[in-house]
Amino acid sequence: MKRRSTFLNVSAGMGFVFLYAPIIALIIYSFNKSKLVTVWGGWSLKWYAELFKNDQIIDAALVSVKIAVISATLAVVLGTLAGFVLTRFGRFRGKMILSGWTTAPLVMPEVITGLSLLLLFVAMEGMFGWPSGRGTGTVIIAHTTFCLAYVAVIVQSRLVSLDETLEEAAMDLGARPASLFFLVTLPLIAPALVSGWLLSFTLSLDDLVIASFVSGPGDSTLPMVIFSKVRLGVSPEVNALATLMILTVAVGVIAAVFQMRRQHRSKEIQE
Amino acid sequence: MSLYTAIEPEQAEACADGGASVPLWRQEGAEPFVKIENVTKKFGDFTAVDNVSLNIYKNELFCLLGGSGSGKSTLLRMLAGFETATSGRILIDGVDTSGIQPWKRPVNMMFQSYALFPHLTVTENVAFGLRREGVSRSETKQRVAQMLDMVQMGHLGKRKPNQLSGGQRQRIALARSLIKRPKLLLLDEPLGALDKKLREETQFELINLQYELGVTFVVVTHDQEEAMTLATRIGVMNQGQIVQTAEPHEVYEYPNSRFVAEFVGSVNLFEGKVVEKAPGSVRIDSRDAGTTLSNNHGIDCAANQVVNVAVRPEKISISHEDPEQRDNCVRGKIEDVAYMGSLSLFRVRLDNGFEVRVTKPNLMRAAAERFTWDDLVYLSWDEDSSVVLTS
Repeated sequence: MKRRSTFLNVSAGMGFVFLYAPIIALIIYSFNKSKLVTVWGGWSLKWYAELFKNDQIIDAALVSVKIAVISATLAVVLGTLAGFVLTRFGRFRGKMILSGWTTAPLVMPEVITGLSLLLLFVAMEGMFGWPSGRGTGTVIIAHTTFCLAYVAVIVQSRLVSLDETLEEAAMDLGARPASLFFLVTLPLIAPALVSGWLLSFTLSLDDLVIASFVSGPGDSTLPMVIFSKVRLGVSPEVNALATLMILTVAVGVIAAVFQMRRQHRSKEIQE
Repeated sequence: MSLYTAIEPEQAEACADGGASVPLWRQEGAEPFVKIENVTKKFGDFTAVDNVSLNIYKNELFCLLGGSGSGKSTLLRMLAGFETATSGRILIDGVDTSGIQPWKRPVNMMFQSYALFPHLTVTENVAFGLRREGVSRSETKQRVAQMLDMVQMGHLGKRKPNQLSGGQRQRIALARSLIKRPKLLLLDEPLGALDKKLREETQFELINLQYELGVTFVVVTHDQEEAMTLATRIGVMNQGQIVQTAEPHEVYEYPNSRFVAEFVGSVNLFEGKVVEKAPGSVRIDSRDAGTTLSNNHGIDCAANQVVNVAVRPEKISISHEDPEQRDNCVRGKIEDVAYMGSLSLFRVRLDNGFEVRVTKPNLMRAAAERFTWDDLVYLSWDEDSSVVLTS
């Protein structure tokens, strides 16, 4: 093997330190016995126990997961429809506007998305009384809106690369449009739907800005709770919580990578 | 469901035998199975299929032959119902097909890419059509097994398409398109993705299968050799129109136009003017050949008309001695020799600079060596070997 230059070795090393040092520090400090976050007082699992006793955090986590599951699912359904319309309807009046609008949330600053949705919800409530007040429901609507954009983009790219003769073959063999969709198209784009769902789930779980705008009292999501806690000073249980979240995300990412590798390999065999 | 024929192989053989003496397309007044009437298909300003009328008869293996963009695939897709004709109509077994959705037609198609469902196993792929039709599980199982045995793929039922070779995929695609016993099977470049040797074997299998099942086949291909071997009749297409419809040997020996002569096989074309016209024979003065050419079968042309005389390279004999023939004899120098194993190809430059291609079978081992570069040779052919083309 070729010997790498010192420069490359050093920059790679620095990159790793920058990326992983904070995370490693956080994980180590989550096992800290001391009450002060910055002082090491020996190993302990005390903050994990504290964490599970803290109802506020557990409730917020449950609210967050519920919102993420529901809005990811809705985003997959709506985003798939949008992706279909944009790839399969050919050219139609208003296509540019639709494709612009579905992808706008990708580039729009979150503050603006959050603010405009808040204004919309308030105006709607004033006009026909729905949604009455803000809470989990409004956060779900808001999250669906911006996650939909990601799903639409993923589904579109999958549909474009999908061999259309497969669908023609299914029709030719007697499949009506509904069974064609459920028996052929859906299984073939399923990987895109799964990754769209996972992405939406993560985005929703992670979102602080939009949720802060459209959420109501008593329905704080986990990022909102953490953020408000941190403002009053970092408590060690937040470290424990963060460690658990990192663990979950890492497992998810590794699973996704394995899945992608497997697909890639079977595709190679095909070619 | 009732649209599909339930021809059992034995029955089919019986009717195929019955028609074997005089093919239907040669019988006056025979009822065509597929009737294409003045069909035009436009995509925007582009006319893909231009006023095509065509009759295809039962048990035929009809080949649509043409280059890319000739409209042959569009015509096939209209038969399958994936495209709608801009004008004109298509009747299959006497039924006007306009407005009939692809999933309701008694027609199945084998796609060029095979279009096997990658998420289903071979068995599930083949069973797909029957399951949609509502055939019971036990019958489906039995018919799929029978079909897979017929294409000799019975042992691969549990595999996924990406675990199969190109030839195996081709067979599965064929099995899948035949499982519903369609009245009409459409094949889009069925052998296009196979290598030469496999293609030759498969050609004959395809013909045998078609004969056994008694299904009418319409094959689209750009490969003239494939069309020649497979077809009962060939429809040559160019720029959206059918230029000639005839049996393979007719298309080759009696092309009706310059396009067909040049597209099917290779040909030497001499331009010339008609100088003598008698019933059943014609003499043509050709500047390209530098001599007079004559032909002894009936041609519809007038005196002084400018025509092309087409001569196939294998119809020309090559010799060192002057055959002392009044017409149809030219002299030139061998410019190029290509040894191709079973035959040799010579490119001969005539005294007036015109190039003529001649092929000569290598009947004996040393045959090719008798003629070599820069030899002065005489080329001659019989009166009935050439074709006079007026268009």
